[in-house]
Amino acid sequence: MAKIVIDGVEYEANPDNNLLQECLSQGLDLPYFCWHPSMGSVGACRQCAVKQYRDADDKEGTLVMACMTPAADGAIISIEDEGAKSFRSEVIESLMTSHPHDCPVCEEGGECHLQDMTLMSGHNYRRYDKKKRTHRNQYLGPFVNHEMNRCITCYRCVRFYGDYAGGTDLSAQASHHHVYFGRHEEGVLESEFSGNLVEVCPTGVFTDKAFSENYSRKWDLQTAPSVCVGCSVGCNTSPGERYGSLRRTVNRYNSEVNGYFLCDRGRFGFDFVNNSDRLLEPVQRVDNTGELLADDQVKAFIKEFKADGTIGIGSPRASNESNFALRAMVGEENFYAGYSDVEHESMQVLLGLASDTAFHSPSVREIEMADAVLILGEDVTNVAPRIALALRQSVRNKAKDLADESRIPQWQDSAVRELAQHDLSPLSIISSAVSRLDDVASDKVIESLSVVAAMGHQIANKISASAPKADCSAAHDQIIEKVVEQLKAAKRPLIIAGNSNGSEVIRAAANIARALYNFKDNSVIDLCLLVPEVNSVGMSLMTNAKNPLGAALKKLHDGTAKRVIVLENDLYRRASRAKVDAALTAATKVLVLDQLPTSTTANADVVLPATAFSEHEATYINYEGRAQLSFQVHQCKKQAKPSWRWLCDAEHVDDLVERCCNEVPGLVRLREVLPGENPFIAGMKVPRQSHRYSGRTAMTANVNVHEPKQGEDKESVMSFSMEGMPAQKDASVHAASWAPKWNSNQSISKFQDEVNGELKQGHPGCLLIERKDSSGSYFKPVSDSIEPSENQLRLVFSYQIFGSDELSARSKPIQARMTDAYIGLSPKDAQKRDLRQGDVATISPLGSPVVICIRRGIKAGTALLHCGDGNISPADFSGLIEVEKSATQTTSRGIGNLIVSDFHEEEINS
Amino acid sequence: MSQQVIASTAVKARRLSAEEIVEIEHEMTLYPDKKAVGLEALKIVQKHQGWVSDESLLGIAKYLDIPAADLEGVATFFNLVYRQQVGKNVILFCDSVSCWIMGCEGIKSHIKDKLAIDYGETTEDGDFTLIPVPCLGDCDKAPVMMVGPDMHRNLTPEKIDSIIMDCKTIQD
Repeated sequence: MAKIVIDGVEYEANPDNNLLQECLSQGLDLPYFCWHPSMGSVGACRQCAVKQYRDADDKEGTLVMACMTPAADGAIISIEDEGAKSFRSEVIESLMTSHPHDCPVCEEGGECHLQDMTLMSGHNYRRYDKKKRTHRNQYLGPFVNHEMNRCITCYRCVRFYGDYAGGTDLSAQASHHHVYFGRHEEGVLESEFSGNLVEVCPTGVFTDKAFSENYSRKWDLQTAPSVCVGCSVGCNTSPGERYGSLRRTVNRYNSEVNGYFLCDRGRFGFDFVNNSDRLLEPVQRVDNTGELLADDQVKAFIKEFKADGTIGIGSPRASNESNFALRAMVGEENFYAGYSDVEHESMQVLLGLASDTAFHSPSVREIEMADAVLILGEDVTNVAPRIALALRQSVRNKAKDLADESRIPQWQDSAVRELAQHDLSPLSIISSAVSRLDDVASDKVIESLSVVAAMGHQIANKISASAPKADCSAAHDQIIEKVVEQLKAAKRPLIIAGNSNGSEVIRAAANIARALYNFKDNSVIDLCLLVPEVNSVGMSLMTNAKNPLGAALKKLHDGTAKRVIVLENDLYRRASRAKVDAALTAATKVLVLDQLPTSTTANADVVLPATAFSEHEATYINYEGRAQLSFQVHQCKKQAKPSWRWLCDAEHVDDLVERCCNEVPGLVRLREVLPGENPFIAGMKVPRQSHRYSGRTAMTANVNVHEPKQGEDKESVMSFSMEGMPAQKDASVHAASWAPKWNSNQSISKFQDEVNGELKQGHPGCLLIERKDSSGSYFKPVSDSIEPSENQLRLVFSYQIFGSDELSARSKPIQARMTDAYIGLSPKDAQKRDLRQGDVATISPLGSPVVICIRRGIKAGTALLHCGDGNISPADFSGLIEVEKSATQTTSRGIGNLIVSDFHEEEINS
Repeated sequence: MSQQVIASTAVKARRLSAEEIVEIEHEMTLYPDKKAVGLEALKIVQKHQGWVSDESLLGIAKYLDIPAADLEGVATFFNLVYRQQVGKNVILFCDSVSCWIMGCEGIKSHIKDKLAIDYGETTEDGDFTLIPVPCLGDCDKAPVMMVGPDMHRNLTPEKIDSIIMDCKTIQD
């Protein structure tokens, strides 16, 4: 620890940090633009100037940029020095010469870092009366608006987009007064993380396009701490609501999970909540028409289901509480998994590994610490995008080591990058298709899935001879050797796999991790196993291993079970059409609870409307076994209720959580995520509305001039009101970050124990799964026995960030980026079948139509299938398929939105 | 680093000519990093084509396998990489301090009258483009300007006339 003096006060400081970081960590106000907590310093904006003194006798001092000066022991600085202050106000005055006076019509207004800093720096009168430079704006796709005139050239956008997130289509252009941040030409921003520009930009150059179509000021949004339901990472979000509709999602800081950034699925995928097709009333299907049900009718109907012969099918996209309520209602033995049987099988393998003491499931922050990574068979960018962003940081650990050797501080971002150039920590990808992480990969192997798994087993065997050998051709021996050496040499190696394509790859990944565990004298190895949905892990912890979906469908079909309750799930995505049809036809009564109509609700006798993630309080468990609490943001005006409320008599989420803890072995610690009594101060709740929330009394004046009573929230520690006391002691109740003088998201530093640290009130979630099984052993490799015939191709499922997730696919901004179902083929296989880019083809066995996408990076003999959103069901296909050119070529299907790096180009040019 | 291709926006990149490729390949042997060759490649293409069109820029990006956005950043940073079509002769006219003292304003208005173009404009026949530059480093012979590779010093209206005449004759 170093001691530094700031304006005469002594502070303890970390000498590895710079002065700006330390000032902010101490809660002091020092303006800045180009510095960002997760991107380090470049010293571009000159806004954080302070006076530094040589010693106590030095009265003159020199101006230094706080962000470029180490917090060395004995440093004496002054923020309040008149010289420093006037320098800062002159800097901002010059940055602001061409900034338009458009705050009233700018979407950033009210949460603008530039507004805050301008005020803080004391620049309150514009002396510049010349003509301002103006720019043309670009169309950047459905997510982000562009308004270049507001730019103050801090370079944060390109530093995030290119340096941090690896995007290649946004750059700084031109020079001096004309510097322009944009694409080479108008078009969709290709990075999956483009939405973060909205929060990274200190002013309104990049704003949320979906939000601007339904805009509201930050202070007029009702917000609550929420968890993204887009994938299994469980990023923390703050969704905002106004006038009954959900308007936008912004990042909510969690030191362990998402830090400062979200992916675009998470940011723009919330809009399904506002979908006009939402199910909002209980409906009974009578002769193909819907009939509204009254309360007592619903009750009578549910009562019918409480008899014997009822089974329940859970959902990986529903909360723990709703899954538990269903399980409690039908009994554990009658509660079945809500995902495909293939996924169920791999989930069992995964759960077994989750309790193994040899492994650790790393959080996103821990993934960033890995110094050698092996991805086995998983397309991380599309399955768990936020983790792909973390992996892009992990490869920079090499650069950080080099910087340490050269004694360059880590926060010297540009210097560290210059030093390392293209020198990256090893990241090897062995998979069946080119992925969006390939540009930072040290080695890539494209092989069929069975070879991928075999290579994994082989790597394990080479690391530790105790691991079993696999049948693996010698073709990749060199790379295997290299990967083995890299993993062995690493201080913190990381193995990543997932269950998008069966369990054999997971077994192979586990063997590698176990071999490393043995090799490294029993030091715990990071093994990150990805699952697709927000609560895949939670639901699987509640489901008996002997209760896969297939067994439920069989029971219904053969009449052993008569009634079925389907919880927030479209079974047609989980099992083949024939099987689901047969089961639902055979069942005497089908009850479905969901938010949006699906093929399953269409076949239900009764459909009960369920609330969406922002309309109820719930807990979810992410890929690492981390339980997190998501608060209700707003009320659902119609009759939708949380599914558990339809199914059981519990009054309160807390009651169900308590029962989960007691009745589900894996969820014993779930209650730790609840806020308890702490947030209450003098009996006051935490308000969801800001202290500036406007127009409350007039909101419904068009209907009735009498001010309605504020909605009551009897369940939670939060209220639908402006009154109350902001959360003081529990960060899980901290929704919209705001501090005096800091209206923008940069105010978060006021809530962190230090910059980039944990939130002062703690609470990054609770790791539920206890590791106590030390008896784990290697898996025996299972080789793929099926040989394809002449016309057959090996099927691999491909996830897409936009479209593969069922709910976000009902969100308008996401729909603008989705593609139809397609088959990815190697140029060779396409030619063989006389198929060209964009052709429509049919695939066996169902003859479903798909678009052809020819990619250079696909191995001949493999067909990559993306199912689109409900175009076709993955459950209908497995193993080997045949692809044929369709007799009817429609133009209504397309893959125009697809962004891949290995698109077979000759075809599109012709 | 490999470029991403969006299926829907397949803008056609120009195939670089054999001469351009030979020169770019030579430059590639001089730098450890392909990104560093970007500027040289732009200069080479400009030498052959007169300017750098969108198609040329994409062609270079594709050939070097670097992001077009990055190359655009380089191309637009330098004033003398022309991203718009210029005339056959580019007049780089110095309007900096020394030339100003020596009366470059009068010379400029003479050019303006003679060719009917202002800064940043090209004559209708496509022969001349007039661009201001801050200094050509020949202050003791001010006012000065460059036309193509040639430096013209101690300018007078008469000299301007003959320079323009010469350029036209050479072309014809």
